[in-house]
Amino acid sequence: MISAVGESNEQFKEYAGRWWFVLGLLTLCMMVLVGRSVELQVFNHQFLKHQGDLRHVGVVPVSAHRGKVLDRQGELLALSTPVKTVSVNPKEFQATPAQIAQLANLLGLDYKQVLAKVSPDSGRNFVYLARRIDPALAEQVQALNLPGLDFQREFRRYYPGGEVTSHVLGFTNIDDNGQEGLELAYNKWLRGTAGQRRVIHDGKQRIIEDVEDVRAAIPGKDLVLSIDQRLQYLAYRELKSAVLRHSAKAGSLVLLDAKSGEVLAMVNQPSFNPNGSRKEVQGSATRNRAVTDSFEPGSIMKPFAVACALELGTFRPETMIDTNPGTMLVAGNVVRDIHNYGVLDVSHVLQKSSNVGVTKIALTLPSERFWGFVNGLGFGDIAGLGFPGETAGKLRNYKNWGQFEQATLSFGYGISVSVLQMARAYAAFANDGLLPRAYLLKAENQEAPQRAMKRETAVTVRTMLEHVVSREGTALRASVPGYRVAGKTGTVKKSSVAGGYTEDSYLSVFVGMAPASDPRLVMIVMIDEPSAGEYYGGSVAAPVFSKVMSGALRLLNIAPDQQETVPLLEQGVGAI
Amino acid sequence: MKFDPRHNYLHLNRQQRPPLLRRLHLDFLLLAGLGFLACIAFLILFSAGGQSSELLVRQMVRLLIAGGVMCAIAQIPPRLLNRYSPAFYIGTVVLLLAVLVMGEIGKGAQRWLDLGILRFQPSEFAKIATPMMVAWYLAEHPLPPSWKRLAMAGGLILLPTLMIAKQPDLGTALLVAAAGAAVVFFAGLSWRIMLGMAGAIGALLPAIWYNLHGYQRDRIRTFLDPEADPLGKGYHIIQSKIAIGSGGIFGKGWLNGTQARLDFLPESSTDFIFAVLAEEFGLFGCLSLLAVYLLIITRCLFIVLEAQNTYSRLLSGSLTLTFFVYVFVNIGMVIGVLPVVGVPLPLISYGGTSMVTLLAGFGILMSILTHNKRLLAGGSL
Repeated sequence: MISAVGESNEQFKEYAGRWWFVLGLLTLCMMVLVGRSVELQVFNHQFLKHQGDLRHVGVVPVSAHRGKVLDRQGELLALSTPVKTVSVNPKEFQATPAQIAQLANLLGLDYKQVLAKVSPDSGRNFVYLARRIDPALAEQVQALNLPGLDFQREFRRYYPGGEVTSHVLGFTNIDDNGQEGLELAYNKWLRGTAGQRRVIHDGKQRIIEDVEDVRAAIPGKDLVLSIDQRLQYLAYRELKSAVLRHSAKAGSLVLLDAKSGEVLAMVNQPSFNPNGSRKEVQGSATRNRAVTDSFEPGSIMKPFAVACALELGTFRPETMIDTNPGTMLVAGNVVRDIHNYGVLDVSHVLQKSSNVGVTKIALTLPSERFWGFVNGLGFGDIAGLGFPGETAGKLRNYKNWGQFEQATLSFGYGISVSVLQMARAYAAFANDGLLPRAYLLKAENQEAPQRAMKRETAVTVRTMLEHVVSREGTALRASVPGYRVAGKTGTVKKSSVAGGYTEDSYLSVFVGMAPASDPRLVMIVMIDEPSAGEYYGGSVAAPVFSKVMSGALRLLNIAPDQQETVPLLEQGVGAI
Repeated sequence: MKFDPRHNYLHLNRQQRPPLLRRLHLDFLLLAGLGFLACIAFLILFSAGGQSSELLVRQMVRLLIAGGVMCAIAQIPPRLLNRYSPAFYIGTVVLLLAVLVMGEIGKGAQRWLDLGILRFQPSEFAKIATPMMVAWYLAEHPLPPSWKRLAMAGGLILLPTLMIAKQPDLGTALLVAAAGAAVVFFAGLSWRIMLGMAGAIGALLPAIWYNLHGYQRDRIRTFLDPEADPLGKGYHIIQSKIAIGSGGIFGKGWLNGTQARLDFLPESSTDFIFAVLAEEFGLFGCLSLLAVYLLIITRCLFIVLEAQNTYSRLLSGSLTLTFFVYVFVNIGMVIGVLPVVGVPLPLISYGGTSMVTLLAGFGILMSILTHNKRLLAGGSL
């Protein structure tokens, strides 16, 4: 150490002292840095390493493949196909206006719309840009290589049957959850369990690398329906054309397997396309009316009053009933027939659908027994399909009804039922008195049908119902060449909103079964407010029955039971 | 005997002649240390910058320019440096004024002066011009300086400091002030005054706090409690600690650091580059880097100690201290012992102007060393 030129010794000592001071200070600082490094890298190493892993190793969900829905033959009714969803993190997003325009163009969105979504002003970290797009399109978007965009694999539900099966199946929402119909009822079964995947992602949450599957996605299970797609198409086509031809408001058709209670076809009008945009669908069009709506059944209730009387032994088929003069006073109210049918036997009361006749029968029945019989056929209770929004209809308690109510019940007023309930109740006639449960799934373990009436009663009423589908009866046009058909028409005055009944709006119904010798199929056709002139059940609903039933019998290879080679009946004009 | 650096030594025989580096006015130890730093810088920048060679090329160009400036300055004898100190200082102040005026026109923070082809920050000049000026001023009279001269020196320091703080660039302003203060310290500022000033600053802390910009206050708050806003203001420092700590003793290996390379670590190739080194090379890498810095600083301290006249002593002392402050502030910030201030890691961080300034400082130090007649005559170089 040498002092500078012209420097005093003291000055130099002071300077050297400062030099040593600085050296000490530097050493101290260096020791702080070294000490802190050791602290972080040796003592806190494990903790900080774990913290680091927490930040770049993540677990992301893997969506499960939703189960298929199949018809009883294994035909596809609903399936899920993989699609991509594009989302954006506006905080990470970077692009030139040209790139944003390109992005908007690819996704079919408005430039301003996209600009608003990617704007970081929203303060959000996650915004959907486009959901469920074609994977090929997603690849084009991915090729733009814009930071902040993220792609998720999702599934889109597709319904090959479109509007034909839409009411039964319902639909799923954009998150793959069932919203209506069987998609809703069996959502858990169909949905499966989402899996988990461990990934390495970067600070911008972009996935860099897949590490492993933590838990594989468990695909949803398939659902096999009792529906036969061929019959469903046939029923849909005929119902739709009838509703159009008669300018009706709505319509429903249910076709049951008489023995098992399985629903083979269930269609409604109006319908909707479940594959299209949900926004265009009106709420009323998505209703599965056959199950969720109830109506006053009218004349198609009459066989139950007759069956109850036969069951109790108060009447025999040949018992004569005087319906003169075509009107009758019950508890101060008038019950009237269309014509004066004179003296009829029980069978002809059904054939002519005489209100007076059936009232005379019904008034002989103890109200408790009559109620018990009707309730035993499933009226007033839900049919137990497991379908969302199923209606139980309305059956008044016998304690609260007088003579007039008992009379109106016998010809189907003052009670409301669903189309499905009615079909099922008729299955008891078809099934020799055994009432099956109704099923929408192809069930393996079916409950044993419950006896609703004696075998003889069912067979007797069936024979009477066969007379309805004849030249003398009201439902000539329900007949099917080669097969014996039994059934009953109904032409129901609709109750008005104001109370009482309207004079010009009707429900046109036909419910029946074939082959009548050993019925295999039960079908109900209901057309709501036909307004193109015709409105009788025999002229509006019966022809639909005939067409669908004849097709169904042939498709199911059911042997004809009518021997006549010459058609017994002539069909209406235009029908074959 | 008058010593002329441009003297022709050819008449001396091989043993008597100074070695080549000495004749070029360069110092082997400093060059070795700086070169080693540059190598480490390329290694880490390659990893931190996403393995882009473009980044390395640009850094290389900067390094060559800065190296050229360093070699050129090393040729200027301290005598001339001393003489032109006031002119350099005044020029710098004028440029700072220009920046402020243009900032006023441009309505916003303005640190750059754009001369069309050349864009530079005059505040970088101030880092060297201020200590030069103060050293020139104080070396004129015998030390320790009188009260009056101390006050004057304080004014010389405050003028550029305040102008830079107004830009606003508090980090650089503090560094400039520190460089000037270091000169005053070496000039023999009495310990009592220093203690008194420390006390005064302590008393003024609340006033300073309220005069800080919002973001500056946030940085200090974040330093005191980074977990308060882990995804926002505390994000830098938390990520940095994680990167360093997860490196362990030997690190994850070159190009294997996850925190920096997966974009978790912000500013990974500039201010926070030390964390990348720490993650990939571990404690071993950190200590190696600190050792290189220590080597350079030790050599600088030797130059300070051996400097021949007051001006050289004061200036070299200040430059050495400033260099160390850079290292300490940057690493201290990255490892979380100091608040976050925008100071790059000398010669490692990616960036331009500050590298030129730094190497210019080393040029001055080399000039002071290699023009040292006594050391030359003594043959100890």
